[in-house]
Amino acid sequence: MKRVYVNEKWCLGCHLCEYNCAFANSGLKNMAKLKGQKIYPRIRVEGDDKITFAISCRHCEDPICIKSCISGALSKTPDGMVEIDKSRCVGCLTCVLVCPYGAVIQDGDGAVQKCELCLKNSSGAPACVAGCPNNAIVYEER
Amino acid sequence: MAKKYVIIGNGTAAVGCIEGIRAHDLDGSITVISAENHPAYCRPLISYYLEGKAVPERMSYRPDDFYDRNNVKVIYGESAEKIDTDSKTVVLSSGEKVDYDSVCVAAGSRPLVPPFEGLDSVPVKFPFMTLDDAQNLEGAISEDSDVFIVGAGLIGLKCAEGLYGRVKSITVCDLADRVLSSILDTETAEMMTKHIEEKGIKLMLSDTATKFDGNTAYMKSGAEVKFDVLVLAVGVRANISLVKDAGGNCGRGITVDNHMATSLENIYAAGDCTESLDYSSGAVKVMAIMPNAYMQGHCAGENMAGADVTFDNGIPMNSLGMFGFHVMSAGTPQGELYEEKSDTHSKKLFTQDDRLVGFILAGETARAGIYTNLIRNGISLSSIDFDTIKTAPNIFSFGQEYCRNSLGGVV
Amino acid sequence: MAINYVNPEFEVIRNPNRCIVCRVCERQCSNGVHSFDPETGTMMADETKCVDCQRCVALCPTRALKIVKNDCALRENANWQQDTIYEIYKQAGSGGVLLSSMGNPKPLPVYWDKILINASQVTNPPIDPLREPMETKVFLGKKPTMPERNPDGSLKTDLAPQLELSMPVMFSAMSYGSISYNAHESLARAAENLGIYYNTGEGGLHEDFYKYGANTIVQVASGRFGVHEDYLSAGAAIEIKMGQGAKPGIGGHLPGKKIVGDVSRTRMIPEGSDAISPAPHHDIYSIEDLRQLVYSLKEATQYQKPIIVKVAAVHNIAAIASGIARSGADIIAIDGFRGGTGAAPTRIRDNVGIPIELALASVDQRLRDEGIRNNVSLVVGGSIRSASDVVKAVALGADACYVATAALLALGCHLCRTCHTGNCNWGIATQKPELVKRLNPDIGSQRLINLMTAWRHEIMELMGGMGINSIEALRGNRLMLRGVNLNEKELEILGISHAGE
Repeated sequence: MKRVYVNEKWCLGCHLCEYNCAFANSGLKNMAKLKGQKIYPRIRVEGDDKITFAISCRHCEDPICIKSCISGALSKTPDGMVEIDKSRCVGCLTCVLVCPYGAVIQDGDGAVQKCELCLKNSSGAPACVAGCPNNAIVYEER
Repeated sequence: MAKKYVIIGNGTAAVGCIEGIRAHDLDGSITVISAENHPAYCRPLISYYLEGKAVPERMSYRPDDFYDRNNVKVIYGESAEKIDTDSKTVVLSSGEKVDYDSVCVAAGSRPLVPPFEGLDSVPVKFPFMTLDDAQNLEGAISEDSDVFIVGAGLIGLKCAEGLYGRVKSITVCDLADRVLSSILDTETAEMMTKHIEEKGIKLMLSDTATKFDGNTAYMKSGAEVKFDVLVLAVGVRANISLVKDAGGNCGRGITVDNHMATSLENIYAAGDCTESLDYSSGAVKVMAIMPNAYMQGHCAGENMAGADVTFDNGIPMNSLGMFGFHVMSAGTPQGELYEEKSDTHSKKLFTQDDRLVGFILAGETARAGIYTNLIRNGISLSSIDFDTIKTAPNIFSFGQEYCRNSLGGVV
Repeated sequence: MAINYVNPEFEVIRNPNRCIVCRVCERQCSNGVHSFDPETGTMMADETKCVDCQRCVALCPTRALKIVKNDCALRENANWQQDTIYEIYKQAGSGGVLLSSMGNPKPLPVYWDKILINASQVTNPPIDPLREPMETKVFLGKKPTMPERNPDGSLKTDLAPQLELSMPVMFSAMSYGSISYNAHESLARAAENLGIYYNTGEGGLHEDFYKYGANTIVQVASGRFGVHEDYLSAGAAIEIKMGQGAKPGIGGHLPGKKIVGDVSRTRMIPEGSDAISPAPHHDIYSIEDLRQLVYSLKEATQYQKPIIVKVAAVHNIAAIASGIARSGADIIAIDGFRGGTGAAPTRIRDNVGIPIELALASVDQRLRDEGIRNNVSLVVGGSIRSASDVVKAVALGADACYVATAALLALGCHLCRTCHTGNCNWGIATQKPELVKRLNPDIGSQRLINLMTAWRHEIMELMGGMGINSIEALRGNRLMLRGVNLNEKELEILGISHAGE
């Protein structure tokens, strides 16, 4: 299964991926409409002055978030992507409590969200990858 | 020859067990004995059901075709009365006997009802454990109801949240000096108390009913509480009798090893009815939480089907939100304390022997799983930049090698 | 205290309706122009630091930024222009020589733009490069003047060493030190892929890049930095750098703060020491001395590699080239006055040297007149900007062109001309690791390959239009060129007729 990987060697720590993610999942027509909004990106940049990289859901083979979900909102697609049915999520945050990568986040609504590889929004392919100015983020099979 | 598996109980551990068995054995027969007349559902959702955030049709733990797809026979509405180890049969309440080669006891727990004086005189009273309980409770309340909940643990508080706005008043009492006494320390509990009281829910702590008379509770403190509906949420007890009666070792829960095997041959147990090793403290205890139930069930199922897998890093962990205020705790609050506090959040991390062993978070819970991971995997704190992680959980501070291994490939 | 304020050259215009305060501009500006003001929750700009490199503009996800020329101007004066006045202020404040980077930006004539190319009509019909074979391959090196035969009558085929180019363009010298590791890797990988050459400049060759040796020209300059036997053997050709178009007559100076880590090791000088290339080679004071170095290098490499001598285009370039052609060199590279640089004194960059078009025309003619044109190949550089510049250069007599600025532009350079500060926001002219990583050679090399592929297509289109199907047939074919807006003398030097003639 293709996943999102980040090569720290080329990550500039510019944080564009976070904004591209938030925009891709916002349903807005123009990124400028994010103005004044708090964003809840599903990918986040980490690091120090020298080394940076970004983390999003690893779509684990054996995802502890799914095992822990109390409402059956998290599940795996046949391809192996960990997806969330937001209508079933009650916002208990047990998945946040167990995700070892800190990749599940609570958004403004109370429900949680996570990277779904932009397969459910209009991008169709990960927006963080498409928008990375230095090819640091790739979408590939490993 | 196809094996005969029997699973007693139809909750989270049972589902884990089915999936564990089917990971290795597609041919054996699986019989599930379900006392409740529902397919496995997400038990913690019953309070959300009251709140209107969940409907029964959307509360099932697995898709509708789950049992069919896994070729599982479910016997609804019957409980297992006895395990006969000599004849290798499970005796049901109807008297029917079900043969087994391997059985998994996933019988869960039942509400603890203390012997309150005069409890029988209370006309409207419910436990709060099952979907049926929640539906019965819903049928009994109205906008004019005064509800009295005995017990300010997870069940009592979530029940209060579920009822909030649907009844006239809610009063919750607990013998402990704080809410959520099993998962929170005094300070964090106080933050939660404040938050709950701001919503108009009355809390009576260090106090409990000594006597009931009709719709009145007489409290230890001398106070009297008038109510229309009583909810008993004092606690739960593991259902151990099946194994105990068959001669298996039990403490407060059914004793299992790291393969989820009981002391009896071909009998496994998983979920809330068991007691097992708490990896964070090294103590054996009942850890009745959903993630453990699933993982134990899965482990039991795999071993029943002939695999050799262990589950040995279970820890207590809880995440609870009340009216948008979230608290989380995991592991064991002992050892050296690191603390942060503001008006809106609090963080307590407990370290011991170069390991994180527990934490309690309130208000700010983002990325808490990074802490949980530290506890569950016993990661040496001196091998990582824990000083940075302490203040802000992150992966970077685990060091380059960890990042390369965990982020560079399939995990 | 004296008033030292110099009005910022640029203004940062931020559209407040578009800015979402993502702070990408702040993180990407190594000059510290942008900053976040927590009190107002908005972005601020310190325009005194802006060099107009456009990095923030290019990365702003909402296109909220533009950098414009500051219109806060001094009173107009055709003689005392604003730049001139501000330069005086700067020097009055600092007492120092003004430094600049990249090529001469002054409005001096660009002869390429005054030369037009022919096309076939009716007779000698044009050739469609998509349907007909079209040869852009070029060999650089000494060619025999006439066929020579062995005693048995067979043809002598042992040529002097040649460089084979898939198209008449190479990446010219830029040292590791003046540009980054990743920029070098991009050039090396692209050269290999394209079947052309890149040039180490005088900074030596990083050990990681020896594997690209078959597409590398190694340079020997007055400072002799990084020169050793393996280095000489590593490349496909050796270039003796006598001069550079951007700064004829002076040497080079890479400040000690850029001599760090691998740069120091590759140059074979201690970390932190200034790398000063003398103005002259201290062992070359005549053509005879040059000949000694040429043959020393040939000797050192068993006569296997062509030797290039690179000079700046200056007043007596024809005579100088004639001397070089007799020194044993295989290739002469001439660098015009618009050539780029990582750092040069402004006055020299802007006032010394001559246009490459005139230098090329006069050198080619002189070598033909003297009957020694086949002794050498001619490579010209100093602002070759496009495929049509290449075609014009070849028609004026060049065997191939050197490009550097165009290559840097492909890598992301926005010609802000502040290479000398070492803060290149595009990861090219810098050694700061956090900036160097901004240029991913996967992207960089691909863009160079794209650019050269595009040029090659255009060269073929232009040649086809003239009814010419090989570079060989275009070289020195000045009949294919006409001048516009040129006076008699210029046309005479260029050896072309005026348009309409």
